[in-house]
Amino acid sequence: MDDSNISAQDSAPGEDGSDTFAGLTKYLIGFGLAIMLTAASFWAASTGLIYGPAVPIALSVLAIAQMGVHLVFFLRITTASDNTNNILALAFGILIVTLVIAGSLWIMSHLDRNMMPIDQMIQIQR
Amino acid sequence: MSAAAIPAHPASGGPAPVRIVVSFGFWVFLLSDIVMFSALFAAYAVLHNHTAGGPTGRQLFNLTHVAIETACLLFSSFTCGILTLCAEARSKIGTYLAAAATLVLGASFLGIEITEFAGMVARGAGPSRSAFLSAFFTLVGTHGLHVTAGMIWLVVMLAQIATRGFRPATMRRLRCFALFWHALDIVWVALFTVVYLMGMG
Repeated sequence: MDDSNISAQDSAPGEDGSDTFAGLTKYLIGFGLAIMLTAASFWAASTGLIYGPAVPIALSVLAIAQMGVHLVFFLRITTASDNTNNILALAFGILIVTLVIAGSLWIMSHLDRNMMPIDQMIQIQR
Repeated sequence: MSAAAIPAHPASGGPAPVRIVVSFGFWVFLLSDIVMFSALFAAYAVLHNHTAGGPTGRQLFNLTHVAIETACLLFSSFTCGILTLCAEARSKIGTYLAAAATLVLGASFLGIEITEFAGMVARGAGPSRSAFLSAFFTLVGTHGLHVTAGMIWLVVMLAQIATRGFRPATMRRLRCFALFWHALDIVWVALFTVVYLMGMG
């Protein structure tokens, strides 16, 4: 592996070495995109135009897109090689978050379905 | 490897600068904080229909207030970015103004949230009313506590800048604060989507 292609050091989350003007431009782009996505979320939740059961999916997509915008434009996470450590930590965090949320919902819905209704359980205990 | 080659290629060995290590460590802390929030989100998602005959989210939530809260937090994330830029440029006036804007927006967010909570408790919809409300108050309240902690942190940072100027150690703490504040906004995106928008739908 050719060492000269690797940047001198890793970059920390929240900074990408851009100057004040480039930094301001990135914050402005991020802010604009975040506002548009937020407005779209609130619109999707309150309009009757979208087929009802599709609304939560639309909201999830918009929220994930907005989190991506925040990560890229505010927290300055990039896919460059100097960001590998940050990306790996982020990937592990996303894995755990997915396992906790999806796992809890999955297990609890099965418990809910397989559990005896509470009034029947009380009758058995008598 | 010759001794002269080492300073030319810092990546080939040796510890990273403190600035990088501190920010990366704080990044790992933020991710673990988000993992904690994911547990609260999971609890809320499991319990959100268990209202025990009490009020549902649709009866309690006010989307206009949530929209104002979201705007406050989003705009404060932007002013926090300006704060970072001003501090990097070593501009004290700019830093103070951006910090003041961030603090005012954060305080407005907290004010609306506390009013909302107080109103719900006054209507008999406190955290002890149902499993849904317990999960709601824990999740949203934890985020509110984080915002409070962030505001206290920012005030401490301002005091350090005022008394000691932009020292390297102060700049590292300021960068960590900026990461913390931006991460709180990410949690709020998930929060207003899952709790408020899906709760109203």
